[in-house]
Amino acid sequence: MQASSVFRESLVTGGKTLADVSQDISCQVENKPSRLWWTAFGISLVLLIYGGYCCWMMLWNGIGMWGLNKTVGWAWDITNFVWWVGIGHAGTLISAILLLFRQRWRMSINRAAEAMTIFAVICALSFPAFHMGRLWLGFYWALPLPNAFGSLWVNFNSPLLWDVFAISTYFSVSLVFWYMGLIPDFAVIRDRAVRMGHMTRARIYNGLSFGWDGAAKTWMRYESVALILAGLSTPLVLSVHTIVSMDFATSVIPGWHTTIFPPYFVAGAIFSGFAMVLTLLLVTRKVFKLEDYITIYHVELMNIIIIVTGSIVGIAYITEFFIAWYGQVPAESYAFINRATGPYWWAYWSMMTCNVISPQLFWFKKLRTNLVATFIISIIVNIGMWFERFVIIVTSLHRDYIPSSWTMFHPTMYDIGQYIFTFGLFFTAFFLFAKFFPVINMAEVKSIIKATSEKKNTQAH
Amino acid sequence: MASKENFLVGIFEDEDVLLHAVENIRDKAVKIKEVYSPFPVHGLDEALGYRRTRLPIAAFIFGMTGTITALSTQIWMLGFDWPMIIGGKNFYSIPPFIPVTFEFTVLLSAFGMVGTFLVVSDMKPYKWPRMYDNRTTDDKHAMVIDLGANKMSKDELRRILTDNGASEVNEKSF
Repeated sequence: MQASSVFRESLVTGGKTLADVSQDISCQVENKPSRLWWTAFGISLVLLIYGGYCCWMMLWNGIGMWGLNKTVGWAWDITNFVWWVGIGHAGTLISAILLLFRQRWRMSINRAAEAMTIFAVICALSFPAFHMGRLWLGFYWALPLPNAFGSLWVNFNSPLLWDVFAISTYFSVSLVFWYMGLIPDFAVIRDRAVRMGHMTRARIYNGLSFGWDGAAKTWMRYESVALILAGLSTPLVLSVHTIVSMDFATSVIPGWHTTIFPPYFVAGAIFSGFAMVLTLLLVTRKVFKLEDYITIYHVELMNIIIIVTGSIVGIAYITEFFIAWYGQVPAESYAFINRATGPYWWAYWSMMTCNVISPQLFWFKKLRTNLVATFIISIIVNIGMWFERFVIIVTSLHRDYIPSSWTMFHPTMYDIGQYIFTFGLFFTAFFLFAKFFPVINMAEVKSIIKATSEKKNTQAH
Repeated sequence: MASKENFLVGIFEDEDVLLHAVENIRDKAVKIKEVYSPFPVHGLDEALGYRRTRLPIAAFIFGMTGTITALSTQIWMLGFDWPMIIGGKNFYSIPPFIPVTFEFTVLLSAFGMVGTFLVVSDMKPYKWPRMYDNRTTDDKHAMVIDLGANKMSKDELRRILTDNGASEVNEKSF
């Protein structure tokens, strides 16, 4: 007795039954991977190995291998950090915020989106960790642990330290949330393995499922845990990018010192995150033949979120410019005019084109329901969001207070290599996830199957 | 050897049939041991007469522990143990301590609640659960009735299950 609106389209097509759901999703785990999977996995592994070599060289010789100079002390490292953290935000938005709003369309995309969150946050963490130079001391320095200097404690007034707590909490809570969702689905694979006689696989997946039995009492507790985790993750995800933006906003650098940063960064994070979810899911649904679960309707809804957040980001860009003029602070005005017309004009206008103009194309229903157009725009948006962080960071720094220190930033192969490393890490992890873990939340999709099929029957009448 | 426990396992295909069956069967004063489902069935916990879970209280207590720990640690470290002059500001003031306090609250609340959930539900990686019917993770719901706990005869219970929409009724002993 599920209420379903006549205005809403079906979330699962193809008249699937409960058994079909188990079969379609679990068979990806049970069957040998396709040649396409091996190819994609191989390419990711090559990126990971090349990037790993660059990271090793950089660790061995120090971060002088990067292209940083005295004026531009933060560049690709923090750009990539903010970019990856931002990408992670869509996963939590889909699984937590849409759960609180009872949006059922989240159900077939939340698993992959949360996996994306976790891998993106790992990639993001690698940048500040490497930037500390001595990776092995990083954890000791960043945490308030007793030490031989007094103890001299960490500075809790610093947004960089807030970041340590925000990102590590975000990572571990997202991991727990994702894993909680996986528990019942691991049990599905376990019981299928028992029926097929694959006892080793059954034992492995039983361990992963913590001995899940699906009792009504356990489901009741489980739902309560999921709801509270969603309630905790929602302010958490908003706080994470707020704190990331405070790394800049609490400084006195013209171009960074603005109060608009927290909401603007959060909107940008969700914007880029949805773009990355689309890029990944359009490939996943094709490779794993999940067209009945991740439908055009899902793609369209995600594209609508891209219009909304993209427009918020566009308004934020314009507001920043307006305030720079209206505030009449010469340094601030110069920073913004220099962004648009100075030596980094190309980065600024790439950002404007990719982030402000390209998502507006989704106002056309033809384009937002077209998979090729969506795929291309999703990549354009991610390029644009990378440029946004680059513009904010490098253009604000490269014109220092003394004109004699004015300079440009040029990345070396090690800057590029570490970025490639994170791509390798991200895609290797994602392909392993897609092979060994169920890519769609079976239990949640099963709970809406009946509403979907009932609606199909009424339409047929 | 301990005497075997005997159960009747009624298999249901549809969650709405199952919900009505649970209500009717409980009205007949039959004790249902547990119901197993492939997905959460809304209203099933009320139909079975389960008390609301107290996990939210656990989450709150863990969260408050986090708040108090983080706030008092920061005040003690920067305010008393090693006061530092940073830009001539107060040794300690509450606003800059809020972000870390918030994050630690969320961290402790989430981990504490999930840990409590695993403990009260007796879930652990090396436990092999008692599966009355292993199709319940796939597409069937199973209602389990403990024959030892009910006064009615096995045939009577079997008839009640079938009358209420069970597609099959199996016997299971452990």
